[in-house]
Amino acid sequence: MTEKRLDYLEQLESESIHIFREVAGQFEKPALLFSGGKDSIVLVHLALKAFRPGKFPFPLVHIDTGHNFKEALDFRDTLAAEINEKLIVRSVEETIKKKNLTEPKGKFASRNALQTYTLLDTIEEYKFDVLIGGARRDEEKARAKERIFSVRDEFGQWDPKLQRPELWNTYNGKITKGENVRAFPISNWTELDIWNYIRREKIELPSIYFAHDREVLEHEGQLVATSEFITLEPEDKISVKKVRYRTVGDMTCTAAVQSAATTIDDIISEIIATKTSERGETRIDDKVSEAAMEDRKKNGYF
Amino acid sequence: MDILRFITAGSVDDGKSTLIGRLLYDSKSIMIDQLEAIEKQTKNKKDGEIDLALLTDGLRAEREQGITIDVAYKYFSTPKRKFIIADAPGHVQYTRNMVTGASNSDLAIILVDARNGVAEQTRRHSIIASLLNIPHIVVAVNKMDLVNNSGDVYNNIVIEYAAFAKSLGLKDVKYIPISAINGDNIVEKSDSFPWYEGSSLLDILETVEVANDINLKDARFPVQYVIRPQTEALHDYRGYAGKLLSGVFKTGDAVTILPSGIESKIKLIEIGGKEIAEAFAPQSVVLHLENDIDISRGDTIVHSDNLPTSSNELEVLLCWMDNKPLVAGNRYLLQHNSRIVRAVVKEIQYKLNVNSLDEEQAPEKVSLNDIVRATIKTASPLVFDSYKKLRTTGGAILIDETSNVTVGACMIQ
Repeated sequence: MTEKRLDYLEQLESESIHIFREVAGQFEKPALLFSGGKDSIVLVHLALKAFRPGKFPFPLVHIDTGHNFKEALDFRDTLAAEINEKLIVRSVEETIKKKNLTEPKGKFASRNALQTYTLLDTIEEYKFDVLIGGARRDEEKARAKERIFSVRDEFGQWDPKLQRPELWNTYNGKITKGENVRAFPISNWTELDIWNYIRREKIELPSIYFAHDREVLEHEGQLVATSEFITLEPEDKISVKKVRYRTVGDMTCTAAVQSAATTIDDIISEIIATKTSERGETRIDDKVSEAAMEDRKKNGYF
Repeated sequence: MDILRFITAGSVDDGKSTLIGRLLYDSKSIMIDQLEAIEKQTKNKKDGEIDLALLTDGLRAEREQGITIDVAYKYFSTPKRKFIIADAPGHVQYTRNMVTGASNSDLAIILVDARNGVAEQTRRHSIIASLLNIPHIVVAVNKMDLVNNSGDVYNNIVIEYAAFAKSLGLKDVKYIPISAINGDNIVEKSDSFPWYEGSSLLDILETVEVANDINLKDARFPVQYVIRPQTEALHDYRGYAGKLLSGVFKTGDAVTILPSGIESKIKLIEIGGKEIAEAFAPQSVVLHLENDIDISRGDTIVHSDNLPTSSNELEVLLCWMDNKPLVAGNRYLLQHNSRIVRAVVKEIQYKLNVNSLDEEQAPEKVSLNDIVRATIKTASPLVFDSYKKLRTTGGAILIDETSNVTVGACMIQ
């Protein structure tokens, strides 16, 4: 008889599947936020394990800022079609037009803050009572304190001081009308766990996660892809470099890393050797203030 | 490689945040940009050195007040293990946070200030660890540098704690002298304590055996979700999805569905779409039974020759977690794994003094952070084990239906 013990990835996987099934069992109208980034791709993979051969008890939802990488969007559409699940895309661009919102200005004008409007409208439109997301607690200090079932008020706001205690494997999903829950099945995974799992399960990823040639500009030590969304100035240093993406967000606020890694093994070696955190290396929007993420979360950001 | 979940019990004064910061820092789990952010903040404070505590104090209010007010989860790994730290505050007004963090922990590090010895707080943390049935305890005697690394001071603390641990029934207790601020005995074994024969703290954390803590005897499978594709090809497919909380299931096993008591046999077990011959805790699987029975979320599947208790009256130790007090007669929802039932707190027998374990007279109103012994009556029978036997089927939460808040944690006796 084989030894009955799970290794750490199997333990994480089982915990995540359990959370997925709790969401499906406790809520009426769930949705899975799916961007085509690696964490949400892993979520979809876990959902397949949780619910197949049945259909997902929820649609995939993407809040498209209009500043996304084409490779990620293509991957998003292909995967949704392949697994034959419903994909709902709502556009920040349209929200801006419809609500006369002011576009942020500046060199790397990010629509990150405006995303919240579209997200809340989409929740309203479909009456979603829970959104499943791929946030991990190792990403950032404010996330380290967030529950696996995290309750938001009708404005989407998170109150870190009024969180429900979360004990054992019991998740309290009770809410009143207007409130909704953000559920995070991969809360306990780290960046390295995600990559090791992708390797073990042979999960496919968009090509931008692997080294490729790209025209970038250097900004305060970070490499940002040139695109129509970024205002270039004459003094900008632009060059073609071999890069890959460690995270995939908006083109305006996601930096690339210089890399020659063309396989998952290469990427894992680089991540083990790196001295900079995932968000620190690749996110331009977190550096504004020490509590940047906490503030955005309180305002209804994911 | 497996996972060790542990809780650090202690207060800022014991150097708890410094200890966690030190574990992360010395195991190279802190990245340069995170360190730079801390250095920037440390400059605004008094000391010149890096304040490792800032790593764990995540929320702005905590940074401003210099205290930890909630449970934060931190992650690091070594080639041997992945570690999940539940960092919970230690003062008596945060008992509920410690209970929360302890509920999922395999191990508790109890921090003792070498200058103060076994203090009231040490006793409280140990009592909570024993009530929550944490299998392994490490008593870390910190600030050894402030008592001249004295082996006598250390040994006296060990003797005093050992007697206390025995009275609590704590089984696996290890002791270690450390200085978190200097990094002594944290990752590497230190030369500062030539009289200490054990290994470093990280070494203890890497080697403590936790696989045996999983119960593989008593199979308990709460159904979370029923998979019914209802397509032409899978017309008759009916799979019961859930996590095997304890025990082992094999195809052909005779099982009983509770609370109905209907019997059947396991026809097929699936994991991630693949058929397997046997499943064991804590795997998430899909079960198929021989007969077509009406089973839904909230039912529990167990071996017919190994049944849990079924009752609508529970004796519990109840940790109260809400600002609104509990009064005998109050009605709540009780959530126990995938089952939610209406419940009423019928009687409160006594209040447990968490510093001494004394049974005190039951208060008129049970306040936030109180732990009481109570009798709960449920609207329909609950299927459970005692918390001492199985943490996974012996724990339940109470929810206030008017606020939806989790107000109590029950350890079924």
